[in-house]
Amino acid sequence: MKGYNFAYLDEQTKRMIRRALLKAVAIPGHQVPFGSREMPLPYGWGTGGIQVTASVLGRNDTLKVIDQGADDTTNAVSIRHFFARTSGVRTTTHTAEATVIQTRHRIPEEMLLENQIIVYQVPQPEPLYRLEPSRVETKRMHALSDYGLMHVKLYEDIARLGQISISYDYPVMVNDRYLMSPSPIPAFDNPKMNMMPALQLFGAGREKRIYAIPPWTDVRSLDFDDHPFRPINAHQACGLCGAIDSYKDEVITDDRGGRMFVCSDTDHCERRRGAA
Amino acid sequence: MNDDPILAARGLTLSFGVIPALLNVDMELYLGEILAIVGESGSGKTTLLNVLSGLLRPQSGTVTYRDPDGVTHDVHGMPAPMLRTLQRSDWGFVHQDPRRSLRMNVSAGGNVGERLMAQGARHYGDIRAQALDWLEQVEIDADRIDDLPRTFSGGMLQRLQIARTLVTHPRLVFMDEPTGGLDVSVQARLLDLIRSLVARLGVAVVLVTHDIAVARLLGHRIAVMQRGRIVETGLTDQVLDDPRHPYTQLLVSSVLQA
Repeated sequence: MKGYNFAYLDEQTKRMIRRALLKAVAIPGHQVPFGSREMPLPYGWGTGGIQVTASVLGRNDTLKVIDQGADDTTNAVSIRHFFARTSGVRTTTHTAEATVIQTRHRIPEEMLLENQIIVYQVPQPEPLYRLEPSRVETKRMHALSDYGLMHVKLYEDIARLGQISISYDYPVMVNDRYLMSPSPIPAFDNPKMNMMPALQLFGAGREKRIYAIPPWTDVRSLDFDDHPFRPINAHQACGLCGAIDSYKDEVITDDRGGRMFVCSDTDHCERRRGAA
Repeated sequence: MNDDPILAARGLTLSFGVIPALLNVDMELYLGEILAIVGESGSGKTTLLNVLSGLLRPQSGTVTYRDPDGVTHDVHGMPAPMLRTLQRSDWGFVHQDPRRSLRMNVSAGGNVGERLMAQGARHYGDIRAQALDWLEQVEIDADRIDDLPRTFSGGMLQRLQIARTLVTHPRLVFMDEPTGGLDVSVQARLLDLIRSLVARLGVAVVLVTHDIAVARLLGHRIAVMQRGRIVETGLTDQVLDDPRHPYTQLLVSSVLQA
C-alpha cells in the first residue's frame, strides 16, 4: 500500500517493540512497558496484538488471525485484511500453514510448532488487577513473588462456591517465577501453553505492556492440591463435526429457543468435516 | 546463644524536618519477652515501632534481628525480598485499626489463611482446618468462618487480626495499641487472650501503648519514651512502682484510680 511502511508501523517503532519483546522473552511472564502507538482502530480491539504482529512480521511470513477461535468474525477479518493491505504477506485460515497467528480469546486446537509465533491480544495484563488496585503495589508483589493474594481469591471461590469459579483468564505461574494473565482465553486452553513448542507473545496496547513465554516453558495454572485445576468445556459434541475434545461455543439458531454447540475453532471444525 | 537478644537497636535517630522523633534510642528484646513502650502521644512510640519493623529507615543507627539459626541480620541492610519474607512469616504486625491489615472484602477464613498461602500452603483442606482452629483460639464462632469482616464487631475484628498474625507462628510480633478504641470489658478479654497466646507460643512482643494499665498487665519490661528518647527502662513492676525519672513519675501519678 502506497504511503505506508511495510506492516503499517515505522521501522523505529518496530525496533522499540522488538527490544521490549527481547526483554520479555528473556524474563518469561514479566510485563515489559513499551511505547504503545495510536493504531487505526480503538483500544480493546487488538491494538497491542497488532503492534506486536507488525513488529515480528517478515515478507516471507504467512499470517492467520482468529477472534474467539473463528477466522470469519469481524475482528479477525479486518485485522487480516489490514495486514494483507499494509504488508502484502500471505494470509491463511489454516493453522498449520501459518507462521504468525494473531489471536483473541483462543489458542487453536491444532498443536503449534517451533516455526510458529502466536500473538495474543491482551486487554488487562495485570493478573492481580482486581485484587490489588495499586499498580505500585502489584509491581512490588511481582518483584518479591508475593502471590499469596491470588491464592486467597481461589480460596474464597472454593469457600463460597465449592469450586474455583474462574472460567477464562485463569492465572498461571510461568517458569515457577512470575504470575501471569494468559489473556481472556478459556481455562480450557491453559494446558496448551505449558511446554508449547511455539513462541508466545502478548501485547496490551492500552495498558502499554508486552510479555512473552519462550518455547518449551513451564506454565502451570494455579490450584490447590485437593482442588486441582480442571479445564471447563461444554459436555455436548460439536453439532457440525461431532468433535467432543474441542472447545465449543453455544450458538442460538432461531428465536424459538433453538441452539447448538459448535467448535469455536472454525479451521479445526472445517478440517474435520473435510476429512470425514 | 539463647542469651543474645532476638531484636536489638543501637543509636536510632530519626527526625521529621526539625522535629526529632527518635534520639539515640537503644533497645533489646529477648525471645519470649514482652517489651512495653509507653509515653504520651507524639513521643515517638509508633515511629520506633515502624523503624524496628523495617517500615521506616532511621537516619542513623542499626536494628539487628537474630534468626532461628542464630545468624544476625541488619534489618535495614537486608535485601527487600528477605525483609518481606520475614514480615510475612517470622514476624507479625498488629495494628491499632484492624481494618489496616485485614482484607475487608475477603472472608474471615481467607484472612486467616492468607499468610499460610503466602508461605506456600497449597492444600485447601489444611488451610481451612488451621483457620478454624485459630478462630476457635481467638474465640470467634466456627460458623462465622465464611463471613466478611465488615459484619464483625470491633473486638472481633481485633481478635481476627491477631489470629491472622499468629497463624504462621511468628517469633516476633509488633503491636501498636492493640486495645485502642475498644470498650473496657472487651479490652480486658482481649488482653487476657493476648497474654495467654503469647505465653503459650513463646513469641517476643514489642507492644506500644499509651495505657499504663495495659503495659502493667502484659509487659515484662517497660521503656518510657519522652520526646524521642527512652528516659527510663526496666522491669515493669519496678518502674511503675518506683519511678525514678520525673516524667515517669508524672505518667504513673496521672493514671486514674478506679
